[in-house]
Parts: sequence; C-alpha cells; structure tokens
Amino acid sequence: MTGRWDPGEDAIVVQRAPQAGGAGGAYRTFGETLRGLKTTMARMVEGPKTISYPEEKVPVYPRFRGRHRLHRFEDTGLEKCVGCSLCAAACPADCIRVVAAENTPEHRISAGERYAAVYEINLARCIFCGYCEVACPFDAITMGHDYEMSDYNRSDLIFTKEMLLEEPLERTPLRNEGE
Amino acid sequence: MTPLLADVGYAEPWWVQLIKSVVLFAIAVQIVPIVLLAERKLLGRFQHRYGPNRVGPFGAAQPLADIIKLATKEDFRPSTSIGFLYALAPVISLITALAAFAILPFGDVANIFGQDVGLYGIDVGIGVLYVFAFGAIAFYGLMLGGWASGSKYSFLGAMRAAAQLISYEVAMGLSLVGVLMTAGTLSLPAIVEAQSGMWYVVPQFVGFLIFLVAGFAETNRAPFDLPEADAELVAGYNTEYGGAKFASYFFAEYVNILVVSGIAVTMFLGGWQLPFIDPPGWVDPFVVFGKIFAFVFLFVWIRATLPRLRYDQLMSFGWKVLLPLATLNALVTAIIVVAVG
Repeated sequence: MTGRWDPGEDAIVVQRAPQAGGAGGAYRTFGETLRGLKTTMARMVEGPKTISYPEEKVPVYPRFRGRHRLHRFEDTGLEKCVGCSLCAAACPADCIRVVAAENTPEHRISAGERYAAVYEINLARCIFCGYCEVACPFDAITMGHDYEMSDYNRSDLIFTKEMLLEEPLERTPLRNEGE
Repeated sequence: MTPLLADVGYAEPWWVQLIKSVVLFAIAVQIVPIVLLAERKLLGRFQHRYGPNRVGPFGAAQPLADIIKLATKEDFRPSTSIGFLYALAPVISLITALAAFAILPFGDVANIFGQDVGLYGIDVGIGVLYVFAFGAIAFYGLMLGGWASGSKYSFLGAMRAAAQLISYEVAMGLSLVGVLMTAGTLSLPAIVEAQSGMWYVVPQFVGFLIFLVAGFAETNRAPFDLPEADAELVAGYNTEYGGAKFASYFFAEYVNILVVSGIAVTMFLGGWQLPFIDPPGWVDPFVVFGKIFAFVFLFVWIRATLPRLRYDQLMSFGWKVLLPLATLNALVTAIIVVAVG
C-alpha cells in the first residue's frame, strides 16, 4: 500500500453545509431566523385549511365506492334483484348472504322468476371492492356514496334488504369528475 | 415607615396593599387562560389549523374545560417519589411566578375613589433584583420537581433545566445592566419614567435582543424548551405530575411568560408610555397589557417557527455568544454613560 487511494475522475464533490461560527454564522443565524418567521407568518395570513368534518364534508366522486344500495324499478316499484347470488359468489370477503324464493302471481316482489327473500350484507366484513356491483346482471346492487357507517356493535352492521333498499338518511355531497 | 428589606419608593396604607395584592392575583389568574387560549389558537393558525374551537363560542371556554379536567383528576404520586418535595415543588414554581408578576408596573400612581394607588404591586428600590431573586428561586421548583419524582426522564429534564436556567440567567442579568446604568435606578416605575424621552429599545437594542433570547430560555419556551423536550424527555421535569399539580406547573410557566414579557416591556418598551400621545392614567394598564400581548404573540410566533436546539448548541450559544455579547454591551454602555454624563 503506497499513499492514499486516489478516487480520480469518479470522485463526487459533496456539498457541505457552511461552517458554524464567525460573522457569516451570525448573519446566517439571523437571516434564516427572519426568513423562517416570514414563512410562518405567511402561512398564518393564508388562513386555516381545515375542513371541519362533521359540519363540512368533502364531496365524493360519482365512482366513490361507499355503502351498497339495492334498487327498484322506478316505474313498477319491483325490486331489480332476482336472487341469483352472483354477488355473493363474486364477493371476496364473503359478506353477502342471499336466500332466494319464488315469485308467485299474487306475491310478486321482483321482475324475474325469483326474488331475494333474504339479502344481507355484513358491512363489518365488506372491503368495498365493488365486485358485487360488477357481478350483478341486473344492476340491482350498486355502491352508493355513504361512508359514515360506524356503529357500536357488530350486529348493527349487518344491513338487511329493507335497509339497503331505503334512501340514505343523509345524502353525501357529490361532485363531478374534474371538480 | 422604615424599610425592612429594601427602600420602598411609593407605598399606600396597608389595606390598599392588601386589596392590590388580591387584585393582582386575580388579574394573573384571569390572564393566564387568555394567554393559553391565544397561544393554542395562534399556533393553530400558524399551522393552517383553527386551534380549539369546540368548547364555547370560538373555543373560548377551552381553558375552563382544561382546568376543570385537571382539577378533577385523581391526585396521585409515583411510589418512587419523595412525597413532601413532590408536593412542594409545583407550589414553589407557582408562588415565585406570581410573586414576580406582582412587581410589574401597569401604570403610574392613579387616583382611585379618592385614594392614590400605584398601579403595581409595590415600588421597591431593588425592583429588577427582586424579579431575578424570584426567578432564581423558581429553579428549585423545577429541580425539586424533577428530582422528587423519582423518574429518570424527570431527573434528566430537571438537570437540563438547571444547567440552562443558570447559563441564561447570567446573560439575562447582564443584558439589563445597560438599561440600569442608563436609567440610574433599579426601581421599575422609575425606569419607565426615565424612558419618557426615548424607549430603551433604541439605544439598548443589543441588550433587548439578548434579553429576548435569554428570556425565551428562562421560560423554557421553544426553541429552548429542552427541559420539556416532549419528543426526547416525555415532558421532562413534569413527566410524573398530573392533575392539579401539573396545572400548577403549567400555570407558573405561563405566568413566567407574562413576567418576562412584562419585564421586557418595562425595561425596553417604555412600560405604560406611548409615543407622541399622553393618554389619561386609566389607559396605562391597557397599554401595558397590549404590549405584553405583543410579546406573547412573538413567543408563539417563535415557537411555531424555530426547531429545538441541540443541547451542546444551547450551552455554547449561552456561554460563548450571549454572555460575551451581554458583557460587551454593558461595557460599551458604561463607557458611553461615563463619557456623556
């Protein structure tokens, strides 16, 4: 080993911070402090950016995947769901339970041959992937815009068919793409 | 009246003194929640937030809620703590802070209901020394609290507090020497009177800056909040304190901020005096409080801006920069005072 290793052309000059102390140091200390004070004051002038959540809500986009909704035909009032269980089959979280029953002429619930006698979604398990919506051949189930679903116990998070068919109590503000 | 400990510049009958002390205490107690709320609101604004705005209109009842919460908490102490000192330490902090607050001059002698009353606790000839004396005793509150808690973090915080306060007390005292030499008195109301021509912030600008920096360190405020450094020491000397004892420390800290602001206002910003206009006597306290709140704003502004210093930086800055600068300032002022006067 003779002499120090020479890095040659590959050496990268490292930009080091200025040395502390001296007149330059004092100037930098004061200058930078004042610059920092100016920065924070400018932030104050800008005003708060907080969205006070329960009172103010950020609007969601139309494709937002919130709580599911079941739909009826608007003209006849019949349920769109025919109880085919394709949503339950598509569900990766296995949170949908469908029990189908036959429609009869005097007891007609849905437009098809059968209807969903029991339709339950366990929202405690749901991962809001939207596969049920994709799987449904009749657009009977869609992902709505509600996202305020917290509750005090798990059994209250199992939504039945009637709950899913109802209009949500409070509408979530909606915005269009690009807004 | 023969003074027991110090010359008294102006003193009223004993019953006026009694009423005044109660009023001053009440004012301190009322001002601290306002400062507390102002700090949290301002800090929020500096960070694009609202700050507390849930309790009462615009969050005005937040300090009240905090106090109720703290006062109704269980009074506990760690099993490793030293009982008597553990309980005594916050009281020392509280008493010294309030005692120092009592001497701040809020106005000249005013005639209230036919009785001449000085708008300050008492005008003693040792004014500034009195403040520093109580500032020195206040260390014991921090140190005893940290030591008596029987916790390593508290102990570290107390050690830091002791080292920091002692280092900066020197610079703080020396920074005021220039003012004292120019004014030729230690009495705070007399110093304010001496500034009727020009506020001392102009001729003593270096002293003002040193006092300000040392004042931040004395009150354990950012960027010198190493004794409390929540990130590394989990609140330092008051880690083991809760409930009303913690509230006492907290209260004392904010009274200390008011005291340092008040001393700065008295020594450098002309106390109750305003430039060019001479308002009637009853305006004086409002002028002083206005100036104090300007300082409180500065405290919060600095806290929102500067990161905490490293410990060695803190020490070297105190001893290698502030102390020589303060000495030089005192020396130059002395030469000028002798040459001019």
